[in-house]
Amino acid sequence: MKQLKHLIDILDLSVDEINGLIESADDIIARPEKYSEKCRGKKLATLFFEPSTRTRLSFEAAMYELGGNVIGFSEAQSSSASKGESVADTAKVVSCYADIIAMRHPKEGAPLVAAQNASVPVINAGDGGHFHPTQTLADLLTIHREKGRLDNMTVGFCGDLKFGRTVHSLIGALSRYSGLRFILISPEELKLPSYVKQDVLKKAGIPYVQTTDLEGSMPELDILYMTRVQRERFFNEEDYLRLKDSYILTPEKLTNAKSDLSIMHPLPRVNEISVEIDKDPRACYFKQVLNGKYIRMALILKLLKEAGTVE
Amino acid sequence: MRIDSIKNGIVIDHIPAGRGMRLYELLGLDRLECSVAIIKNAQSSQMGRKDIIKIDADIPVNLDIIGYVAPNVTINIIRGGELVEKRAIGLPETLVDVIKCKNPRCITSTEQELKHIFRLDDPETRVYRCAYCDTKAENK
Repeated sequence: MKQLKHLIDILDLSVDEINGLIESADDIIARPEKYSEKCRGKKLATLFFEPSTRTRLSFEAAMYELGGNVIGFSEAQSSSASKGESVADTAKVVSCYADIIAMRHPKEGAPLVAAQNASVPVINAGDGGHFHPTQTLADLLTIHREKGRLDNMTVGFCGDLKFGRTVHSLIGALSRYSGLRFILISPEELKLPSYVKQDVLKKAGIPYVQTTDLEGSMPELDILYMTRVQRERFFNEEDYLRLKDSYILTPEKLTNAKSDLSIMHPLPRVNEISVEIDKDPRACYFKQVLNGKYIRMALILKLLKEAGTVE
Repeated sequence: MRIDSIKNGIVIDHIPAGRGMRLYELLGLDRLECSVAIIKNAQSSQMGRKDIIKIDADIPVNLDIIGYVAPNVTINIIRGGELVEKRAIGLPETLVDVIKCKNPRCITSTEQELKHIFRLDDPETRVYRCAYCDTKAENK
């Protein structure tokens, strides 16, 4: 029997597979009607053991636009987990009802456990501070649509680079392309962890600069990836309040930026990007949200095709 | 000091000095009814000092534990007082229920029936990572 394909870590996908998903998403954007019945009669189960409205809605919208249906829950209290059911059992049970699972869980590794026990494909929709591969796919699709390529550019990451899993995942995914250079802009307390620098950047031989200076880095950037300083990643409220306003992007800070800079953000933002920037044509973060839906459509289709569930 | 030769059993040799007791604990040798000898700081021409464990019974031992705690040890299988097999042990690729993940956010912290699995991430630095959350194993 063919092994089921899941998506737990972005690195589960080869560069060719990622390029294929981007191509498929581009086609979905160009010809949505061609895909509107692809998943007719199929069900996506959204198992959200912690709330994440945007990610869940994105998966649900993706499945509906493919002509499929959605079942699931949006918090652990309304699932059997509140009665003590294991992730492994939940995955086995839901496999009887759905054709594909998207799982969000506060515990790191939970979607992997689900994948080991499910008889349908499992997509990791975020596991604690660990992986969030579909956000990375949305980021890659956005970069590709804005720049026409994923190689040969300078990418700046700004904000919480220590706990920001979207940053770690995107760095990991981009490290497989050539000609990239990273500028890592963060307060001292939220610098990129040394294991990411050692295991990813140094291994791939990617040049990088660490700095606390957002404005000074601006002229060099092709992409500026802003992140939120997340309250839930701090054990101490005082540390959060002290650091959350460290890097706020305002129109003034963009004075020296390139005219074709792409400003990205995984959202939700608190105040790290001034709302005045929303009107700037270089702002891509709402396009990123839309791209997230399209790449999830492409992913759902790919996994269901590989499982033999759809043609 | 004289340790009687064993008739049927296992001699774990070339254990880096100081790791013998840790290996003794992890292998659960304290629970055996047979004679078990730990020789600490024995002279070694190769290593200077080494530890040796002699188990006076032909029991299955977890080679992954041995490879993790003391890679490059030699296992000698003794039968009828003769050396019948000599095995060099390397660094295991995977550790199953040898060490526990200490990350409180890892799924293994709540799902009690899950095996604690670690994979060798970097043989040079002997770094193992949890298969579920990628947390680095603490030093042995």
